[in-house]
Amino acid sequence: MKTTGKVTGIVSNLVTVQVDGPVAENELCYINLGGTDLLAEVIKVNGDKASVQVFESTRGLRGGDSVEFLGKMLEATLGPGLLSSVYDGLQNDLTTMTGVFLKRGEYTDPLDHEKLWDFTPIAQPGDKVIAADWLGEVKEGWLPHKIMVPFSFKGTYTVKSVAPAGQYNIDATIATLVNEDGEDVAVTMTQRWPVKVAIKGYKEKPRPQKIMETGVRVIDTFNPIAEGGTGFIPGPFGCGKTVLQHAIAKQGEADVIVMAACGERANEVVEIFTEFPELIDPHTGRHLMERTTIICNTSNMPVAAREASVYTAMTICEYYRAMGLRCLLLADSTSRWAQALREMSNRMEELPGADAFPVDLSSIISNFYSRAGMVILNNGQTGAVTFIGTVSPAGGNLKEPVTESTKKAARCFYALEQNRADQKRYPAVNPIDSYSKYLEYPEIAAYLDEKIEKGWVEKVTRAKTMVLRGKEMADQINILGDDGVPMSYHETFWKSELIDFAFLQQDGFDPVDSLCPIERQRYMLDLILEICDRKFEFENYEQCSAYFKRLINTLRQMNYNKWGSDDFEKYRTQLNEILAENGN
Amino acid sequence: MATKAFQKIYTKLDAITKATVSLRAAGVSNDELATVEGRLAQVVKTKGDLVTLQVFAGTEGIPTNAEVSFHGEPPTLKVSEQLSGRFFNAYGKPIDGGPEVEGEERQVGGPSVNPYKRRQPSELIPTGIAGIDLNNTLVSGQKIPFFADPDQPYNQVMADVALRADVDKIVLGGMGLSNDDYLFFRHAFESAGALDKIVSFVNTTEEPPVERLLIPDMALAAAEYFAVDKNEKVLVLLTDMTLYADALSIVSNRMDQIPSKDSMPGSLYSDLAKIYEKAVQLPDGGSITIIAVTTLNDGDITHAIPDNTGYITEGQLFLRADSDTGKVIVDPFRSLSRLKQLVQGKKTREDHSQVMNAGVRLYADAQNAKTKLENGFDLSDYDLRCLDYAKDYAVELLSIDVNITIDEMLDTAWRLFAKHFKPEETGIKQALIDKYWKK
Repeated sequence: MKTTGKVTGIVSNLVTVQVDGPVAENELCYINLGGTDLLAEVIKVNGDKASVQVFESTRGLRGGDSVEFLGKMLEATLGPGLLSSVYDGLQNDLTTMTGVFLKRGEYTDPLDHEKLWDFTPIAQPGDKVIAADWLGEVKEGWLPHKIMVPFSFKGTYTVKSVAPAGQYNIDATIATLVNEDGEDVAVTMTQRWPVKVAIKGYKEKPRPQKIMETGVRVIDTFNPIAEGGTGFIPGPFGCGKTVLQHAIAKQGEADVIVMAACGERANEVVEIFTEFPELIDPHTGRHLMERTTIICNTSNMPVAAREASVYTAMTICEYYRAMGLRCLLLADSTSRWAQALREMSNRMEELPGADAFPVDLSSIISNFYSRAGMVILNNGQTGAVTFIGTVSPAGGNLKEPVTESTKKAARCFYALEQNRADQKRYPAVNPIDSYSKYLEYPEIAAYLDEKIEKGWVEKVTRAKTMVLRGKEMADQINILGDDGVPMSYHETFWKSELIDFAFLQQDGFDPVDSLCPIERQRYMLDLILEICDRKFEFENYEQCSAYFKRLINTLRQMNYNKWGSDDFEKYRTQLNEILAENGN
Repeated sequence: MATKAFQKIYTKLDAITKATVSLRAAGVSNDELATVEGRLAQVVKTKGDLVTLQVFAGTEGIPTNAEVSFHGEPPTLKVSEQLSGRFFNAYGKPIDGGPEVEGEERQVGGPSVNPYKRRQPSELIPTGIAGIDLNNTLVSGQKIPFFADPDQPYNQVMADVALRADVDKIVLGGMGLSNDDYLFFRHAFESAGALDKIVSFVNTTEEPPVERLLIPDMALAAAEYFAVDKNEKVLVLLTDMTLYADALSIVSNRMDQIPSKDSMPGSLYSDLAKIYEKAVQLPDGGSITIIAVTTLNDGDITHAIPDNTGYITEGQLFLRADSDTGKVIVDPFRSLSRLKQLVQGKKTREDHSQVMNAGVRLYADAQNAKTKLENGFDLSDYDLRCLDYAKDYAVELLSIDVNITIDEMLDTAWRLFAKHFKPEETGIKQALIDKYWKK
């Protein structure tokens, strides 16, 4: 029999329920408000009192209103049709909702039950299978979408039958398995999984070994993120966090992209709806929307569902990873998620940690980041979930709990800086403070030696050091004045400016420059380092700056032109001419 | 509720704080209104049969045997065309001596628009102020605050913007307005002959601060009526959101909530987002644009209120006094309109974004020259020309007393470029130089 209860206390969306039976942590319940069911989740139990967070507005709720517990946790519905969908944080399909306004208690089905999919069997009768093993596949867009033994299945099963190739909807039985007790179990194309639990169903999770290309130079070359790696982008408002994330979403070398718009502006999501269907994936030539799922819980939507949205997004990524696909999860912004946790902890009158955030914030964040990773599946194939989150630090100050906790959990750090943004040096990623721990991984260094060139990591380190030296020189020049320092200071400074302007800065709105393949990055970095290694002769600092400005301008023109095109070669020749004038 | 035949009256308060009272009552619904000793209050917390009410007018003089009755529903506003031209208080009651408004009674603070049903904002809102139209163009459906120190004339600028903007309705939400500013708005609207398209909800400094919390919801409920039901373009003015946030912190403090940064409640971001995200471009042509004021403390934008606001709104307009010219200007460096690229060059002349960038870049060069000058370094000829340009640019374009069309702004900028610089110093595309350079 199901547990039921009565509402006994309400503070905003935190509701206390007196229960008449067993309840589980994170169990869902429906609160009946005048005939409308409001979904809520248990977050604390004390005696026969359960505290639940309601995923909707609690306006009009009364003490004594009835509650029905559902005996399950918040689950995602998984199956073909997830891609190109637009969901809210609880995986309601926003496109099939009626009316302009969101209606309380309106829950829509995440997947289309009518649509027919072209099914091809993979497993054979008699095969021994376990959870997450592949039974068959359908084509979802251009991606092979594997139909798997549901993740919740325990133990070994024997395949009794698999449906022949043909068209089926997601509810059709596509395989019958026999469990260890000899009972038949039917499998359809869809399954459910609790979002707050990581999907396992793989053999092992090794250290990442490859780089995920984004086409953004300051990331790929200077601070590369690994396939299956984690990174975060903190920055004050107006520094281009969202623009950078959108660039990564458009260009990231991944099969599946899940974007979680978590507590951010609705108009930014509208921009994705408007632009993405028009855009073409540079790696496959297909529409970007075909490989993208959007989870959208904007800042004015219920706070508790905001917290759920990042988990829903991660679960969808893990589901596609189990098919041997490379997934990229982008969450904007994880600070809003942390704030949702704070609001709830505050209402529960828990003792607060720093800045009133819950004390377990750090462990919640690192737990979530740990769900990313590259995995080796049971059949030996690999899949990956790469996760990049943005952080919106209060007052732009990185010494705040969310940034600090995330720094412990994420391996790449892309520090967006107000100062660079003010100077329109985009992407405003600070080249000195930012880092990628993956550059220290021997397996990644070996991969880069192979993929790009031998000794690549040392080369990158050398470029980074030059940028740092240039910064020190700039400080000296500012203190002592242009005439107060030796000429070599100016030269060192301008060499770092050359790296900054011609390599680190990138025009995200230019069709050519916005996407820079890794081979081209290698070419440009080699060229730039070659220039930086030269010794020049200048009579005064004005001559020095004027000369470097010409070099920078020519290199930037190269960036704007197609690699190897006539115009590109023209500027390359022009560069040689300028170089011939001075130095050796 | 008027239809209730029998209304239970409670007469025993358990606890009283400066902003809240608590009592034992049954069957009370969350968010519903109540009357405590004749003052309006709202349910903010129930625990068993103990109900906590936020008393908008404050609790001064409320005795423990105060009469409390519950209304059975949250705050509402009667909406109809009759709202036009009227002034109301925070409860939606007329303060202009006119009759009560007849119309459909709607709950305020209603649900959000489904993000999938929104449209991308694309209509220009011209204001005549070059610091806005040229550098930080506004778009309908946008939400943007003025960031200004309390001594800046932000209410005047906002009134100018509202009266010049090409919109169907203007809704003013005044929170903690001084009586002088309230009369200023009233006079400005009346003398512009625009009263019939304006609806005002006003809480003045003479009235209790907690009442302010109702103002944005009231103003936006009226705005939604005109934008959703009537498909009109509505501009909502909210001043001053800093005083609104202060009222939030008063209530959360009285409810013993643990404050986060700058003694603001932990929910400040969500509370502000709920208001600002009402800005929307609707599929059927109606729109709500929000222009707000967030007063700063000595230009500090890292304080929790402007900081959270900046993360929610689509840019900010930063007002400051320019010491070189004595003018109040829209600071081109710290101001930003995130939606400007949706209209620049599309709804305005092709040279718009290039002229804007060049103008600001040269102004930045002037700032560098100024720093050099202050540090005692020698100035080059270019530096000196930049400084001259900066003065003209501030007076003719950045100053808030400018009122010209966007084409005139662009022409002015070209004239200033030609007066002070060589074409190649502007960094503008050659094709545009050939077409627009003033010889």
